[in-house]
Amino acid sequence: MALLEASNISIQFGGLKAVDQFNLQVNDNELVGLIGPNGAGKTTIFNMLTGVYLPSGGDIVLDGKSIVGKKPYEIVKMGASRTFQNIRLFKELTVLDNIKIAYHHDLHYSTLSSILRLPSYWKYEKIAQESCLEFLDLFDMRDYAETLAKNLPYGKQRKLEIARALATKPKILMLDEPAAGMNPHETQELMETISLIRKNFNIAILLIEHDMSLVMGICEKIVVLDYGRVIAEGTAEETKNNKDVIRVYLGE
Amino acid sequence: MMAITAIIFHLCITGMLIHTIERIGGSCLILFLQQLINGLSVGSIYALIALGYTMVYGIIKLINFAHGEIMMAGAYIAFLLAVNTNLPFVFVLVIAMVLSAVIGVVVEIIAYRPLRKAPRISVLITAIGVSFFLQNLALVLFKADPKIMPELINKSPITIGPLQVGTVTLTTLFLSIIFMIALDLFVKRTKPGKAMRAVSEDKEASILMGINVNRTISMTFAIGSALGALGGVLYAVMYTQVFPTLGVLPGLKAFVAAVFGGIGLIPGAVLGGFVIGMIETFTKAYLSTQWSDAIVFGLLIIVLLVKPTGILGKNQKEKV
Amino acid sequence: MTKKMFKNYMVNFAVVSIIFVILSLMMSGGILSKYYQGIIIFILINIILASSLNLVTGFLGQLTLGHAGFMAVGAYASALTSIVLKSIISDLPLLLVSLFVGGVSAGVVGIIIGIPALRLRGDYLAIITLGFGEVIRVIINNIEITGGAQGLTGIPRIASFKYAYWIAVVVILVLYRLTHSKQGRAIKSIREDEVAAEAVGVRTTYYKVLGFAIAAAFAGVGGGLYAHYIAFLDPNTFNFMRSVEILVIVVLGGMGSLTGTIVAATILTILPEALRGFAEFRMLLYSFMLILMMLFRPQGLFGTGEFKWQGIYDRTLKLRKALMNREKKEAVDGSTRGE
Repeated sequence: MALLEASNISIQFGGLKAVDQFNLQVNDNELVGLIGPNGAGKTTIFNMLTGVYLPSGGDIVLDGKSIVGKKPYEIVKMGASRTFQNIRLFKELTVLDNIKIAYHHDLHYSTLSSILRLPSYWKYEKIAQESCLEFLDLFDMRDYAETLAKNLPYGKQRKLEIARALATKPKILMLDEPAAGMNPHETQELMETISLIRKNFNIAILLIEHDMSLVMGICEKIVVLDYGRVIAEGTAEETKNNKDVIRVYLGE
Repeated sequence: MMAITAIIFHLCITGMLIHTIERIGGSCLILFLQQLINGLSVGSIYALIALGYTMVYGIIKLINFAHGEIMMAGAYIAFLLAVNTNLPFVFVLVIAMVLSAVIGVVVEIIAYRPLRKAPRISVLITAIGVSFFLQNLALVLFKADPKIMPELINKSPITIGPLQVGTVTLTTLFLSIIFMIALDLFVKRTKPGKAMRAVSEDKEASILMGINVNRTISMTFAIGSALGALGGVLYAVMYTQVFPTLGVLPGLKAFVAAVFGGIGLIPGAVLGGFVIGMIETFTKAYLSTQWSDAIVFGLLIIVLLVKPTGILGKNQKEKV
Repeated sequence: MTKKMFKNYMVNFAVVSIIFVILSLMMSGGILSKYYQGIIIFILINIILASSLNLVTGFLGQLTLGHAGFMAVGAYASALTSIVLKSIISDLPLLLVSLFVGGVSAGVVGIIIGIPALRLRGDYLAIITLGFGEVIRVIINNIEITGGAQGLTGIPRIASFKYAYWIAVVVILVLYRLTHSKQGRAIKSIREDEVAAEAVGVRTTYYKVLGFAIAAAFAGVGGGLYAHYIAFLDPNTFNFMRSVEILVIVVLGGMGSLTGTIVAATILTILPEALRGFAEFRMLLYSFMLILMMLFRPQGLFGTGEFKWQGIYDRTLKLRKALMNREKKEAVDGSTRGE
């Protein structure tokens, strides 16, 4: 059974059908690319998969459980986390705090123990400090631990956002146009980060991209979207030669 | 403009009803109609003040707490003119409106403009500071005791059938509606009016379109302040008093009115003003004077919970 | 607890105790008259009120304009408790019990109001809390148990300086610890970006209501102290302007800075008193200074940072280094000029 399965999900805004009968399957450890021109409905699909929008029809199943109608934070807990197209970091907080917030669920102490500074507070804060620093090590960002997130260079901000999403220990990571606004050097760094994740974490990745060439190189499966509908699906080779895809991307 | 048509419609109905009453002669109904007219005229004052709140909010997203004090300033200017000169009412009104507009613009340039890029809450606190400042300035200049506003308008009531309606009430209603229609035409038909709408829609794009944003904002403050002053003068004439904290309560109610109708929307302010005026008048007449404020604010809470953007507002989904 | 943290705690505790001893000695020695004692107690009450509001406005990032409403609930609930119990128990436990009742009542009202209101954001939240604050005031004004518009009398005057001082210390300590914990991080993440917070698993509604309720509870404690110092309650002291005064302290001190709140509460409570010499110009000057402060320091005195002794130490070290560098540089400059 697939890890994430969306069947026939649709949503409309006003009279506009933004996404129509969309189907998607992502298996364990798979890297799936969701591509399509601007306004095709990619981000809207993400928003439905992560509980920001409620689909008007269809079902989404994550690891055997339906997530339709669940709140975003519940879906995170069930194992899906995401990044945003226009990087959303906790800007005035340190890099380390950004990670610690995502690490929240593994810290089991109550409000009372933080006010009274009970042993459980010290125990879990110590764990948080150590594991989050280790986590930053993994992304080669330990030196930035005490830097405010807003002071990071652009490429590092994206990296932090991805690291933060991973700190929630997801089964599937969804990246919304991670390469948007990046220069070639930063894109290169991003590709390295993605292969690093594939190497160190046993998770599936769903990647939205608008730039075909980036996706072609790394994705095992590609889903092409246009005007809210799937127009092609398959391996990079298959989709590259699909006539509908060529039409959408290059014109007739 | 929806609200105004609604009001005119109301008046027509009132006129027709008066004829019916003459035949029936029910005193209950007469009381009701008299309250209705009172409500409309109090409401029209709230609407005038609410317009200033809503226009400023629309353009710079600031809850201008000093607006009630501009209204108070207008009332004091009218008071001074009425006591010291023999000018007719119309001139008193015009001078009060113009001077208050100047005060409003000066406040904007000195206190708000330097903070255009500062956190919004800082501007809010500055507005509160200006409000304190103007109140205390009035306190220093005129002392705390209320001054009696001279009779600027002939007080003798007009009799329409069995109804006795105060001249002040009718003048208030008449002037408010005239100015609201004028504002509506200004905003929709003239170039500066369109610039105003453009700036509240999208400041950056307006700059690109060659609109002088600072001048447009100043103009908004000028118009808002002039309308507020009009409201202030009418309020002072209606309650025959002027005092330094005159603007606080009607200011707060007018603000509630602006939110009620949909803050940032001109028709919303007019509708909200009339609704709040009516509710207040009727709860005072039929329910309880003490609880009327609680009812007004309670209603505000309900509206915000059900439709936070106000009755005429559009719900917007946040982009993710 | 690391050694450094322990040291910090000890330094802070020592400073807080020394200030307490000095102020107590000055009071018993007659250097600080009853009038000044009153001002100090008001500073302490304002510190409690403003630091609690800072939790909501500064740390949680939600603008509210109804804090006086929670203060009123706490003031009346605690005053009524102590009126009932004053013949049975002695001063300190009486004060503690009534403040506890005041805090809990205000906290409960905070939850009741917070759950629906916190769905709104930005200015709409500010407006709805303003509405709730006014409704609370009108209710108190019109029911019998609170004494209505005539006010409530017969409250024992038991909130002395020493109690107020240590209660304020506890409130600050609790807020500091809360904001430096996983709950505090969650609360700050909501201020930074609510959508992102939810997307990394923060239960935003829960933490918003939690922060709001704790702030309301402490506002209630502040109100309780006020009631037991003034010994008389007039519902109209808890009007919208009172909420605004508290907010002004928060913004001037710096949103998200508890030390900033302490400094600003002190300045803004003393300022109108210090200006008494100017008679009728007093409030005019006060408001003028408020505008000036906002124009020149829109981010507040302390921004979002906290004052730390360690910071002073680091800074002096830095300054010394900088001075030494300058001397060196001047020496070099001098030598180059000499050539």
